Amino acid sequence: MTEATNNEQLFEYVVRIADNALVTGQRLGEWVGHGPELEEDLALANFALDYIGQARALYTYAGEIEGAGRSEDDLAFLRDSHEFRNVLLVEQPNGDFAQTIARQFLFEAYYLRLLDALASSNDERLAAIAARAVKEIRYHLRHTRQWVIRLGDGTGESQRRMQDAIDRLWQYTGEMCTADDIDSWAAESGIGPVPESLRDDWNAFVDDALSEATLARPGNEWMASGGKEGRHTEHHGYLLAEMQFLQRAYPNSTW
Amino acid sequence: MYTQGLDQRGDGKAAADRPELLARFQEKVDAEEKIEPKDWMPAEYRKTLVRQISQHAHSEIVGMLPEGNWITRAPTLKRKAILLAKVQDEAGHGLYLYSAAETLGVSRDELVEQLLTGKAKYSSIFNYPTLTWADIGAIGWLVDGAAIMNQIPLCRCSYGPYARAMVRICKEESFHQRQGYEIMLMLSRGTDAQKDMAQDALNRWWWPSLMMFGPGDADSKHTAQSMAWKIKRFTNDELRQKFVDVTVPQAEFLGLKVPDPDLRWNEETGHYEFGEIDWEEFYQVLKGNGPCNRERLEARQKAHDEGAWVREAAAAYADKQARRRAAA
Repeated sequence: MTEATNNEQLFEYVVRIADNALVTGQRLGEWVGHGPELEEDLALANFALDYIGQARALYTYAGEIEGAGRSEDDLAFLRDSHEFRNVLLVEQPNGDFAQTIARQFLFEAYYLRLLDALASSNDERLAAIAARAVKEIRYHLRHTRQWVIRLGDGTGESQRRMQDAIDRLWQYTGEMCTADDIDSWAAESGIGPVPESLRDDWNAFVDDALSEATLARPGNEWMASGGKEGRHTEHHGYLLAEMQFLQRAYPNSTW
Repeated sequence: MYTQGLDQRGDGKAAADRPELLARFQEKVDAEEKIEPKDWMPAEYRKTLVRQISQHAHSEIVGMLPEGNWITRAPTLKRKAILLAKVQDEAGHGLYLYSAAETLGVSRDELVEQLLTGKAKYSSIFNYPTLTWADIGAIGWLVDGAAIMNQIPLCRCSYGPYARAMVRICKEESFHQRQGYEIMLMLSRGTDAQKDMAQDALNRWWWPSLMMFGPGDADSKHTAQSMAWKIKRFTNDELRQKFVDVTVPQAEFLGLKVPDPDLRWNEETGHYEFGEIDWEEFYQVLKGNGPCNRERLEARQKAHDEGAWVREAAAAYADKQARRRAAA
């Protein structure tokens, strides 16, 4: 394989991780000032900030790999929906607090395992970014797991809402641990893990939390996909329209 | 919870009946010693502090809304991160301040209830809308700048917990002020559209920022007593003048025009003279007729209502856990 193809694949691989981080950070940012209690406003803002930081490091690296002079902001603000490679799960709307917690929990249970594996990637730069992010996400996941349990094993209403949130988002969880060509390339090159290798651990972790939360694991096995190829849900366009507004309305400006 | 609930009812009588307590209290204040939660204090002193600290806490919380309004639309990732960190700091300030108020024997729940029912006030400045990105710059530069003028002297406030909370808050506020000014600097050195955006923001935020210092000294009903108690160190007009003197040269550096035809430098006094503030607007906003009063309170009420089931669930879970531990 030539170096040029390698760079293209690596760019794709890094961008998809960055897109997950940015879209998650953007969604969490919507909560700020509207959380169920002040402590949670602080936590959600803090988590959003971690994700935006991860996205910045990853986009900067992706821009360097590509070598076409694109900055972190060019990649975040000047690509359209079909060019985004985030998984469908992270773009799902915040909904009520249970839906946000479910989304964060299901995603982070995967993301933590991915970062753990990437921390020993043979791509040194990616390994360094992952090693830093893994500490942040370990803390987030402890927080979101605790909320899944509190809400699941809280009141009748909170249990109903938490179960509904898990049921609603379940179909978006398959994509994360299903390899496509880029994932397979990364695994063969020693850059990233085989996604399927994370699945058992993800299942065990999720099942354990659901059981402690007195929640049922959804029965449906059918899984939606398309995020990694740039086929998104309707929510994605609105998220970008809001996020990219200033860069689109005032092109070539410095902020 | 401290025992101030009991003390509080007793203070009023105690002050009249026991002039020696009052004298010792004032001596302590005059000697620049801190009053601590367990110390005796006049009921009015306590009441003034609860009012002021809780208004300050509410202002931090309501203040998250106009700025939070631009988190999802920040123009770059760096700006988004800075704004997130800033709004997070404000939530943190709200937390310390509610804690400082709690040392005076009032709970956070009671204070939040007072905010939502309109019984407690918050800074009127947050009833103005953030219409463009430049407003985020103007808020940092002018609103945080004015807040710092007000707050630096509070680091020496006679009430210990409030003074200590303010030390940390002021450090973070001055960082916010610099970030806001930097946004304005980028815009004023940018395209024509960006310069217009910056000027428009200054036009809208200038007068409301001057109003943040409160009514003129002649009309300020709390000033004299608060100064005697060393809760306040400077009068409203003194602080306002200081703000104008510092801010006008900053506007000039940005190449922006302060929207006041009467503004001029007075060589003799060494201060800027400025035009008459529209106090009618100030009192109207205070009464609830500002552009966003309704939206701000509705947003707080909505977050409170929609969070109720979450808070209930957390409490129910904690109870279950406690029972399980007891049974084990």
